[in-house]
Amino acid sequence: MPETTMTWASLAPAVSEIWLVAAICIVLLADAFAGETRRNLAPTLTLIALAVGAALTVLYANVDHSTVLFDGMYVADGLAYTLKLFGYVFVAFGLLYSRDYLEERGILRGEYFVLMLTALLGIFVLVSAGSMLTVYIGVELLALSVYAMAAFDRDSGVAAESAMKYFVLGAIGSGALLYGMSMIYGMTGTLNLDELAQKLQGEPNLGVTIGLVFVVVAVAFKLGAVPFHMWLPDVYQGAPTSVTLFIGTAPKIAYFALTLRLLAHGLGGVVVEWSQMLGALAVLTLVVGNVVAIVQTNLKRMLAYSTISNVGFIVLGFTAGTPDGYTAALYYTLIYILVALGSFGVILMASRKGFEADHLDHYKGLYKRDPMLALAMMMLMFSTAGVPPFVGFWAKLRIFQALWETNHFWLVIISAAMSVVGAFYYLRVIKLMYFDAPPAVYPPPQHSAGVRAALGLNALAVLVLGVIPAPLLDLCSRLIH
Amino acid sequence: MFPYLSVLIWLPIAAGIAVLVLGDKNVGAGRWLALGASVATFLVSLPVAIHFGTTTADFQFVEKVDWITRFHSYYALGLDGISMPLVVLTTFITIPVIIAAWTVIEARPAQYYAAFLIMEGLMIGVFSATDALLFYFFWEAMLIPMFLIIGIWGGPRRVYATIKFFLYTFLGSVFMLVALIYMYVKAGDYSIASFQSLPLTLVEQRYIFIAFFMAFAVKVPMWPVHTWLPDAHVEAPTGGSVILAAIMLKMGGYGFLRFNLPITPDASRELDLFIIALSLIAVVYIGFVALVQQDMKKLIAYSSIAHMGFVTLGAFIVYQIVRNTGGLQGAGMGMDGAMVQMISHGLVSGALFLCVGVLYDRMHSRQISDYGGVINKMPIFAAFMVLFAMANTGLPGTSGFVGEFLVIIASFKASFWYSLLAATTLILGAAYTLWLVKRVVFGPVANEKVEHLTDLNGREFGILAVLAVAVLVVGCWPAPLLKVMQPTIHHLVDQAVASKIPV
Repeated sequence: MPETTMTWASLAPAVSEIWLVAAICIVLLADAFAGETRRNLAPTLTLIALAVGAALTVLYANVDHSTVLFDGMYVADGLAYTLKLFGYVFVAFGLLYSRDYLEERGILRGEYFVLMLTALLGIFVLVSAGSMLTVYIGVELLALSVYAMAAFDRDSGVAAESAMKYFVLGAIGSGALLYGMSMIYGMTGTLNLDELAQKLQGEPNLGVTIGLVFVVVAVAFKLGAVPFHMWLPDVYQGAPTSVTLFIGTAPKIAYFALTLRLLAHGLGGVVVEWSQMLGALAVLTLVVGNVVAIVQTNLKRMLAYSTISNVGFIVLGFTAGTPDGYTAALYYTLIYILVALGSFGVILMASRKGFEADHLDHYKGLYKRDPMLALAMMMLMFSTAGVPPFVGFWAKLRIFQALWETNHFWLVIISAAMSVVGAFYYLRVIKLMYFDAPPAVYPPPQHSAGVRAALGLNALAVLVLGVIPAPLLDLCSRLIH
Repeated sequence: MFPYLSVLIWLPIAAGIAVLVLGDKNVGAGRWLALGASVATFLVSLPVAIHFGTTTADFQFVEKVDWITRFHSYYALGLDGISMPLVVLTTFITIPVIIAAWTVIEARPAQYYAAFLIMEGLMIGVFSATDALLFYFFWEAMLIPMFLIIGIWGGPRRVYATIKFFLYTFLGSVFMLVALIYMYVKAGDYSIASFQSLPLTLVEQRYIFIAFFMAFAVKVPMWPVHTWLPDAHVEAPTGGSVILAAIMLKMGGYGFLRFNLPITPDASRELDLFIIALSLIAVVYIGFVALVQQDMKKLIAYSSIAHMGFVTLGAFIVYQIVRNTGGLQGAGMGMDGAMVQMISHGLVSGALFLCVGVLYDRMHSRQISDYGGVINKMPIFAAFMVLFAMANTGLPGTSGFVGEFLVIIASFKASFWYSLLAATTLILGAAYTLWLVKRVVFGPVANEKVEHLTDLNGREFGILAVLAVAVLVVGCWPAPLLKVMQPTIHHLVDQAVASKIPV
């Protein structure tokens, strides 16, 4: 039932968003007054804001049952709560990894962190979306912040180019989303996802199907599924690495939520229609992502194609079209983000002032220069390749299980074969780090012990969650069912 | 009850991590820690072997803890008559591997010891897991240390070899995983026992059989998917070759016995000729290939493939025997032979690779043509080398004889032609091994370098002596080994001939 009066109790579940808006204003103002000399104020404030936000979320937004706010525009449930907490953690880790990098490149500015927070706000709005309108607001808030972040290094030509590509193609994606949603609205007369789920049952009419196609295209655009992936490698390679790290991590939560809320929930009645489309997309994505990644020589670009292939697995989870499949997709998304966070973190830490460690050859003999960094990267690479005891194995296993349970024989075979193809280019990174001699004497990368500890923790999580996978698996399952 | 198996798995892994933490700076301490841990692991495995009940086919030393409740997957361990000997073999072989590296490995020694210790734990995990998911977990995890061992300490083409090794085995295993998940969806849990009792139609069994075949045939390795092995062996450091030949190849054979025969008996019956044909090709064709090798390690690698052909032959001969005789009389003999052959080959090939390692450390060459007349300078070494060569050819009194003999007799029951082809190994094996010994060990001193060879030091002597004793004991008195395996093999034969097709 729509609320008539606004009380604190009725707003409490939305405390994450409310706090973020306040924090954005504080950071923006504080940075404006701090001036050029105290550059480090903004990142520190942002970290504090994230910590406080997480604490407030735990205190006030921990709802035990699904709560609908703002006339059904906003949903607070266990899934949204947990994903927001993950969002805080992932963004905080990303910030820790990228601070030194930004400083060395002279782009450590308050606005960067403000954009980070607005992007996070977009993620939160999307995660809690109860209506197609909220979905769109979330998507745009996130996308616009990220476009600006990609262009943040304004003197870099590549970065500007990648931001432009990102913006134009992203705008097409958003347009498709809006168009599809408007058609579905036209056919059903509702924007609310709950009502939509009730109205759309059984055979859809042509209008809904066409709308659905546009929605699927938009989702594929945002996720980076083939053939709508063109922007992704260019953006990953061209943007400053800290931005690549951001784009590659937290927003994936949002796009998972987009797919779940919009397709699996709102359009859940026509699951047969979209799961076929997703199946085709997933196969293309897996094949193109894995095969093209093999020939890359730039690590950022290779990881971009690796992202594409991972997106293929996430899409496969949705293709199953069952709660179990969505659980698998959620688990895969979280694990993927954890690993991507670490991998890009390694790139950031291997780089130094005036030297961008984004070429594969820069990793030759990394073991000799920085054993800890190499060890972390090895664990992360084995994890994405899906080799136990690392957690990536369970993510793949979960997807295979969901597909077997829904009798997708060929999808299992193709994805299994593709994960072997994928193993090759991950192994190549390990080969460069461990088996090759360093070509020249690079000065050892210097980073504070805290940042290194964060990366160590990140890599350790990949191992620990791999040996004891049950808690996270159970959590994901509980959130979806 | 004392958790023997968990200790066997986690003690070496913990020690490996400790050695890694100690680092190359404290390698002296790390070395002793590694040796201590491997000896301790072996000592823990002794009571397991001594108290092992020989009257039951049930799993013993069972442990079961919740692991992933959602998938009904358990941290479940247990040993039966086919896994126990392999576990003891693993704990035994790791000790000489650690000792053999003592002064030889100069680059990143701490990581070397750590890799082998972690590997030991994982391999014991593979043999003792009774939950399929846990089995797969160890099975795949094992690839990581081996990948690094070959890639870091290997020869000139190590990168090619190790990536080939990894991708080959990974490709095989991924399809096994797909089959395991399929059966999980049908059976509702991941226990190997419930897979074994799960009714499956012939079509399902065929697919599952092929999936398992891909995983295990690569590991054994069977012709024609054996090509990774010579590369991996040649490039691997001595210890890596020993572990590869002695233990990792056995996992393929173990997999056939544990998964293919009991889980897909009908498909195994249908496809047995296929496996037998591949095994005989391995024995005959690979025997000829071994004959022309110029590289000692490559020769032993090909000889391993030929010997492992006996394992797969012995395992799958049972159907033809049942067809011929109509009864189960003597049906288990082939499997007995396969098991003894695995243990024996573990000891003999390990010892041969250690012998080559001894020569390589002195001469830095594996080419047969670089040697000649080694006996003049290294008489003690020559004695050992000749003994192990004899064991490799299957001389009575050595372990090599028992396994081959059992398999040849069993195949005689199946078909005269099988046994005729299998028996060519007696000639071919003798030919390539003795010719190797002749060219390397005997004759006049071939060149300046051989002239300066020094005989075994105490450390090398100790390792080879222990292995020699083991080879002779298994060869002269295989009864205890056969007795341990007997109930399990009986049970396995029953499983392998019973149809699982639902009526």
